Amino acid sequence: MRRIFLICEKELGTFLTSPMAYIVTAIFLALSGASFSTYLAQTSYSDTSIRGFLEAGQLLILLFSALLTMRLISEERKLGTWEMLLTAPVREYEIVLGKFLSCLIVLGGMLVLTLFFPILLVILGDPDLGPIFTSYLGLMLLGCSSLSIGIFASSLTPNQIVSAVIAGGILFGLWFLGPVGNLVPDPVGEILSYFSLSHHFPGFMRGVVDTRAIVYYLTVAAVFLFLSVRSIETERWR
Amino acid sequence: MIKIENLTKFYGERLAVDDISFNIERGEVVGFLGPNGAGKTTTMRAITGYLMPTDGEIWVADYNMRKDPLKGRQQIGYLPETIPLYTDMSTRAYLRFVARLRGLDRKKAQKRIDEVVELCRLEEYINVLTGKLSKGFRQRVGLAQAIIHDPEVLILDEPTVGIDPLQVVQTKELIKELGRKRTILLSTHILPEVNLICERVIIIHQGRIVAEDSIENLSSILEGRQRLRLKINGPVDEVTENLSKINALSEVSYRDPYYLLEFPIDQEPQNEINQMLTRGGWTLLSMEAVELSLEDIFVKLTSKREEEQ
Repeated sequence: MRRIFLICEKELGTFLTSPMAYIVTAIFLALSGASFSTYLAQTSYSDTSIRGFLEAGQLLILLFSALLTMRLISEERKLGTWEMLLTAPVREYEIVLGKFLSCLIVLGGMLVLTLFFPILLVILGDPDLGPIFTSYLGLMLLGCSSLSIGIFASSLTPNQIVSAVIAGGILFGLWFLGPVGNLVPDPVGEILSYFSLSHHFPGFMRGVVDTRAIVYYLTVAAVFLFLSVRSIETERWR
Repeated sequence: MIKIENLTKFYGERLAVDDISFNIERGEVVGFLGPNGAGKTTTMRAITGYLMPTDGEIWVADYNMRKDPLKGRQQIGYLPETIPLYTDMSTRAYLRFVARLRGLDRKKAQKRIDEVVELCRLEEYINVLTGKLSKGFRQRVGLAQAIIHDPEVLILDEPTVGIDPLQVVQTKELIKELGRKRTILLSTHILPEVNLICERVIIIHQGRIVAEDSIENLSSILEGRQRLRLKINGPVDEVTENLSKINALSEVSYRDPYYLLEFPIDQEPQNEINQMLTRGGWTLLSMEAVELSLEDIFVKLTSKREEEQ
């Protein structure tokens, strides 16, 4: 446990001292803010929800998960510090969880900054707070899945760009399983949809907390974190 | 302290280490010699637990590295060939992270950082980003992280490669100092390197141990011969033929533009060579003694071994 926090702390330090996290956060805020206000303008300010932010936000989280996680393991391999980590008395899962936790905190920070949108709505209008709350829960859960996929991709290659591309491929692949599932007749379509990252999100936007959705996102996160641990372990046997 | 039994490592189809066994006693400082690609790094990675052997067992401080990897790793300080530095961290922050990773609490970590910084003479660079350090200082930070938890066993992979001669001397002194209390295995592909520091040498070639002996014994095998390198202004065929006629020389070869001569250490063929040159009317452009290179030693040791078998 102590080592998980230690690795998390170290990663947070790297996030805060390198420009990457700031650039990602700035772009995230700018794009989601633009989408937020465009939506409000389109509905002539009659629908005081954060729907606009969410529409852009869910896709931006996928993209930025790939960018935030790409250096996590890849860079260590390139620097040679990976060899130091793997010969220290640390377990593979402690490394993976520590890194995962640090990303989750950065993502959490990013989402806290977007609270600006609902606060604005509360001051200027009368939004329904229920869906806003569940939407943030949904974004965090989506983030858990995406970040774990990003970490898995990063564990596969010493090249950050390749890592980001693999992560993006898996993430958007899983995302668009949903629309594909809608085109395919059931029951295959239904199964495809269930495995899609996009299928479970609209519920949160409507204010519905579906246990299946929570289970889905947490399972995806657990599976890819497990695969990352395995990928590191097999490296010793390679 | 380190015990290796029948260690074998395949990378896919390629055999990197072929069934090697050796023992290193507590407090020994052992040099691990071999040309590039001989299997030194692979062996060291297996000892430190970075790689799992395909076959064979390794014990470090009585911990089996398969069954008790965490406890085993805790006993080892390791400087890999690529110095493992987080380039965006200061020396202090980096050492603190490694110390905490190795299980030291905050107070203990601080104390050890002060100690190793003094030992490795890093005082002036404690707040410099490790990425901004010169190669020699990076090496010292690498050594500092290896000893931060005061391990009993030190594994150093090519600790003096790529740093300037003065720093090599300092690093050697430091390793010697560290070796007073610890068991050290250090690898190198430069022979004179081990003379100063090590009591014993293990020589590995193509994944196999070709020799394992004290420095003195090895030197007596290897230094029975001397080599000269000559540059002579004259027709190659004739000069070679005439050189071959000199009895004191046991071997004559020509590698453009030099003639390489080998002879037993108790012989002095220089006079005869001079006479020969005068007879032929050729000019001697240069003559120098050549140290046996590590490659030559391997060739000798391996051929000697084959003869024995």
